[in-house]
Amino acid sequence: MGMTGETFPAITTRKDAVVAWGQKNSLWPMPFGTACCAIEFMGVAASVFDIARFGAELVRFSPRQSDLLLVAGTVTFKQAPILKQIYEQMCEPKWVISMGVCASSGGFYNNYCTVQGIDQIIPVDVYISGCPPRPEAILQAVLKLQHKIENPNTTPPAQFKVKEPTFDY
Amino acid sequence: MDQQAILEKLKTLLPEAIKGSADRYGQLEVQVERLKIAEVVKALRDDPEVGFNLLIDIVSVDYSNYPGWTGDRFGVIYHLKSLGLGHRAWLKVTTPEEEPSVPTISHLYGNADWLEREAFDQMGIRFAHHPNLKRILNHHEFVGHPLRKDYPITRRQWLSANESLMDEMNARLNKKGYV
Amino acid sequence: MIAGIDPHTLLPTAKGESSSQGLNAAQPKEKKDLVFVNIGPSHPATHGTLRALCALDGETIVAAVTEIGYLHRGFEKDTEVHTFQQCIPYTDRLNYVSAIMNNVGFCKAVERMLAIQVPERALYIRVITCELNRIIDHLVCAGANLVDIGALTNFWYSFNVREKVYNILEKLCGARLTSSYMRIGGLSRDVYPAFEDEVIAVLKEIRKGVQDVKKLISTNRIFLDRARDICVISGEKAIQYGWTGPTLRASGVEYDLRRAEPYYHYEDFKFDVPIGTIGDVYDRIFIRFYEIDESIHIIEQALRKLPGGPVMTDDKRVALPPKQQTYGNIEGLMNHFKIIMHGICPEPGEIYDATEAANGELGFTIVSDGSKNPYRIKCRPPCFMNFAAYHEMIEGVIIADAVANLGSINIIAGELDR
Repeated sequence: MGMTGETFPAITTRKDAVVAWGQKNSLWPMPFGTACCAIEFMGVAASVFDIARFGAELVRFSPRQSDLLLVAGTVTFKQAPILKQIYEQMCEPKWVISMGVCASSGGFYNNYCTVQGIDQIIPVDVYISGCPPRPEAILQAVLKLQHKIENPNTTPPAQFKVKEPTFDY
Repeated sequence: MDQQAILEKLKTLLPEAIKGSADRYGQLEVQVERLKIAEVVKALRDDPEVGFNLLIDIVSVDYSNYPGWTGDRFGVIYHLKSLGLGHRAWLKVTTPEEEPSVPTISHLYGNADWLEREAFDQMGIRFAHHPNLKRILNHHEFVGHPLRKDYPITRRQWLSANESLMDEMNARLNKKGYV
Repeated sequence: MIAGIDPHTLLPTAKGESSSQGLNAAQPKEKKDLVFVNIGPSHPATHGTLRALCALDGETIVAAVTEIGYLHRGFEKDTEVHTFQQCIPYTDRLNYVSAIMNNVGFCKAVERMLAIQVPERALYIRVITCELNRIIDHLVCAGANLVDIGALTNFWYSFNVREKVYNILEKLCGARLTSSYMRIGGLSRDVYPAFEDEVIAVLKEIRKGVQDVKKLISTNRIFLDRARDICVISGEKAIQYGWTGPTLRASGVEYDLRRAEPYYHYEDFKFDVPIGTIGDVYDRIFIRFYEIDESIHIIEQALRKLPGGPVMTDDKRVALPPKQQTYGNIEGLMNHFKIIMHGICPEPGEIYDATEAANGELGFTIVSDGSKNPYRIKCRPPCFMNFAAYHEMIEGVIIADAVANLGSINIIAGELDR
């Protein structure tokens, strides 16, 4: 986007850029909070960390009104059909943040009742590590998602690129 | 009332139901005949000198891997407490693997309903005459009982769809006089 | 509850519906007239993962069925394949709002099995951190409950205070929520130098925060109408359902483990056990504010009495030797090796031990077979009993009251389903 001059009161841009700009700054999250991470998400929404600074404060508890599914907490096999249904109820475009290790990989609950990562059920855009993640990490995930919305076809910027750890078994 | 007194009282109330007793780090454990447990609990609850009015917990244990264990495979522990008099005790019954069945006490305590359902769900112990003995923590398509020692910890079971719960609801509405 | 309401008829309203009410009473009650609504499992008022299927007649719940287990994540099975020390992080995630209290409950049971004398300083720090956790738990409960009935401002007030307590906990152990601060035999580390001053400062903030919240609601007509005489549960009924903790005390039964079976020098602290009068939502919310005041008193006394000395027992069965000894002599090295590789092995036996957690009596039944892994651990979650009575409490009230009631009995799913 750029100003074309003071005499002509208009700007030129691309349509998808404007849409993406609007989408990224007005994410409506639906917190699918099940466990400890949900308590930490409440902390992010409260005044000290204030997710409103990033335009994502309008928490909707109806999947039909929201475009960001924030899966906060452990998802068990009993919960899995519900999570899938809620994801399917959301309208396109929609994004998913997997908050905390339980949602991302099952965490230290490697047992008979815990889904080993919600990506077995629904697609995930951003994963957050931590058990539970710090509020700053959630804010960073929102920023990262905003970057992804703005640049749908590009790889993440350098600051998010981590060298793949190599394990020598 | 101290432990010895509770035990003596129980022996006078229902002498044939008592199999033995033990001290568990300062708390009294009374081993009770399996089929008599509901009677014993009722007697202890209603006796004014004992007055166990609070059911603290029901714990199920699978002793199949326990070193040196020769008794029945499953144990069920009832933690009881008297709020007014302040004393506690455990009752323990054991039940064999072939017929893991214990009389229910869900008509005596409100929370026993769910606690027994949990023991059924996790350990596969059946509570005879329980009004609604179905799974509580695991989903309804789950096969097996996860806290048994022969259930592998990573045997995962997917659920296709959640229960509608209408069977329970219908039973409840019938009880309230709906047709 | 609105006085004189019959759950099977329509709500009596001011403008002439009495005729239809009379008509209703004469007709047989039919299931096809009811509307079935699922509250939960994904519902803002269920704080996670509870489900109540309600049959509605108008707005009144005539029958309810509850279901739990949506957060059953296998705590009890997991502990069977971990050592006693490794169980401590799992206990954090039972009641994740007051994690340290679960640590303490578990460690206390294992310490009793091993007959370990925990140093005095560690006991006092346990009391202080436990009471701080109790304050957070009550603040979150009251704050979230008030949000559910529409009073959002209180949520910010109580959460601001909570963040300040978390700053202290974070400095203590590095984590905000799931602290794993306790060890079997003491604490993971001593408190930091400015701890006492910061706690005193934060207590002042807590007082102010609670005052602010109380000022907003205590004479607020909307709040009083939503909370007073709603979902009353009598003392007998509460005992029948095995309730403990603030919810039982709200029904007028004075039972607090810190009083009834004192541990950690609670008998030396001066504090009151507040009790409610009738056991409605109002009592259950306000008792938490009173308990916060009492917790503040306990912390102040504990800070005054806080002795010096070590925070970890020197019992060789559970305590790692100091680094110089591990690297300096063979006994230290062997001791270190044994604890790390072979773990803590209590004698074979069975124990039940309980502490007064924020929600009530938190008990652990531990069966040990003499190995490093617990043979069986059963946690007695206080919310489990509270929620077992929920369906009965909400039958006959309107659906909005059911939401208010759910917040007031403070269901923490991690503890409920384990």
